[in-house]
Amino acid sequence: MIELKNLSKHFETSDGAVDALRNINLTIQDGDIYGIIGMSGAGKSTLVRCINMLERPTEGDVLVNGRNMGAMSEKELREMRRKITMIFQGFNLLMQRTCLKNVMLPLRLSGVDAKTAEKKARELLALVDLPDKANSYPAQLSGGQQQRVAIARALATEPDLLLCDEATSALDPKTTHAILQLIRSINEKMGITVIVITHQMSVVQEVCKHVAILENGSVVEEGEVAEVFSNPRANATRNLIYPESSGNDSVFPEGGQRIRVIFNGAIASREPLIAKMAMDCGILASILGASTRSVSDRAYGYMLLDIPGTPEDLARAISYLSQTPDITVQVEAEYAAKEADA
Amino acid sequence: MNFANAFTPERLQEAWNCLLNEFPFAVWETVYSTLLATLFAIIIGLPLGIILVTGEKKGIRPLPSPVLSFLNVLINLLRSIPFIILMVMIIPLTRVIIGTSLGTVASIVPLTVAAFPFIARLVESSLREVNPNIIETAQSMGASPLQIVVHVMLPESVPSLVTNITLAITTIMGYTAMSGAVGGGGLGKLALAYGYQRYRYAVLYLAVIVLVIITQIIQSFGTWLAAKLDKRLKNK
Repeated sequence: MIELKNLSKHFETSDGAVDALRNINLTIQDGDIYGIIGMSGAGKSTLVRCINMLERPTEGDVLVNGRNMGAMSEKELREMRRKITMIFQGFNLLMQRTCLKNVMLPLRLSGVDAKTAEKKARELLALVDLPDKANSYPAQLSGGQQQRVAIARALATEPDLLLCDEATSALDPKTTHAILQLIRSINEKMGITVIVITHQMSVVQEVCKHVAILENGSVVEEGEVAEVFSNPRANATRNLIYPESSGNDSVFPEGGQRIRVIFNGAIASREPLIAKMAMDCGILASILGASTRSVSDRAYGYMLLDIPGTPEDLARAISYLSQTPDITVQVEAEYAAKEADA
Repeated sequence: MNFANAFTPERLQEAWNCLLNEFPFAVWETVYSTLLATLFAIIIGLPLGIILVTGEKKGIRPLPSPVLSFLNVLINLLRSIPFIILMVMIIPLTRVIIGTSLGTVASIVPLTVAAFPFIARLVESSLREVNPNIIETAQSMGASPLQIVVHVMLPESVPSLVTNITLAITTIMGYTAMSGAVGGGGLGKLALAYGYQRYRYAVLYLAVIVLVIITQIIQSFGTWLAAKLDKRLKNK
């Protein structure tokens, strides 16, 4: 279990003091894949580096399995870092060493003899599907292959925790998917806890079980991915989930009968909802705006509908749509009022 | 000076004889004093260059800033003294170490003193080229500062180190030629003492041509080796 308690980090720069992290409190359970998402400059990289003390927090504690990382001696910390390994956006392989030697490096650093290290490294290269690249140099590999080698290297010392710092941000979508699948299978098969730092919502959607949203160094929202997605409370979260819709709602003219249909993980492909409503109830709703995403075949997001006709028609539409599982319907005026409260 | 008489048939014949009889030993003296001085300069300059990088405030093993400042001043001081003057200045030191200040062996002392600060700066610049993210990665694996130097910084900068040491060798060879003016041996002495002072200009030019050829060979080999060792280039 990883506990971050009242974690803060200041930097003194030439432009004055910067609060990179402000009073962060998070608990990450063993076996989880935990996403930390935020725009660039939100403090994600600093946060992940505080976990293995590459950055020393200004205040607060990091407890890994109950042990305080900040109170360790340099030697204890080095031992501990073998159990908390890291992969990076830029892969960071040794360019002058073969893939085999790269994977052997952490083992050699921890004093494992060359023969044992080589055997283990070859097994790991096979695990990441690159058994034939042992004697290749990183420059001869694609980005995705380099990240696989980096993952093999990160697994060499049999860690309990894997930190992924924008590990897929330099990769194309297809390769990203493959690397995320690999990370997921490592989490499932080896029981390694994973922390994923990213600015891409799609990465969180694909692999994470829990997510924390970081904005200006503070956690603004935290919880299970499905829950946070279906009902984002903080503005920062909504901007990340629906980047294209932020602020667009206000362009619709006032008046009319408007409802917001919120998808909380409804099975997206099952029925043409709006068309069915037109046939069953004779209500011809027009879609004013929508922003939905599907996460493993389930829809999250919202649709803004204009319902023509009388208030009775509106009531019928609401009751009809509400029958569908995992869908909530709100009258737009009420929704806006709730927003103002929050 | 009379250049008109420098290239008469008998002078050329004399130079040819000199090339056959004197040059092989002079070349040998130049080569071994250069290589030994480079070797000793690396032994002192390499650790110094490493310390200059790792000992910085943001380095992997920061040193107290007065120590680092002292090293920087010392290096700058030695680098700013012209070699021919340095050589005379440190005659007492040369006598203590070798027993004499004359001859090719004795010239290795001032050559080393002149070259190690240069090597230290070259090593410093090579190590600074190493991607800082890779050093951070090694730290994240639990590498100690010494392990980072041995397993990451030095191996990653090998091509650059080879290029820079090649540069150092050719520079030091230039110094050996200068040392010929004040007691050192080799091609420099042949060119100055024999060719210049005894008006045997053909010998002077021959010595220069041989120096140019040796420099070319060393430079070409260094460039080839650096490219061969660099694994960042694809399709090899």
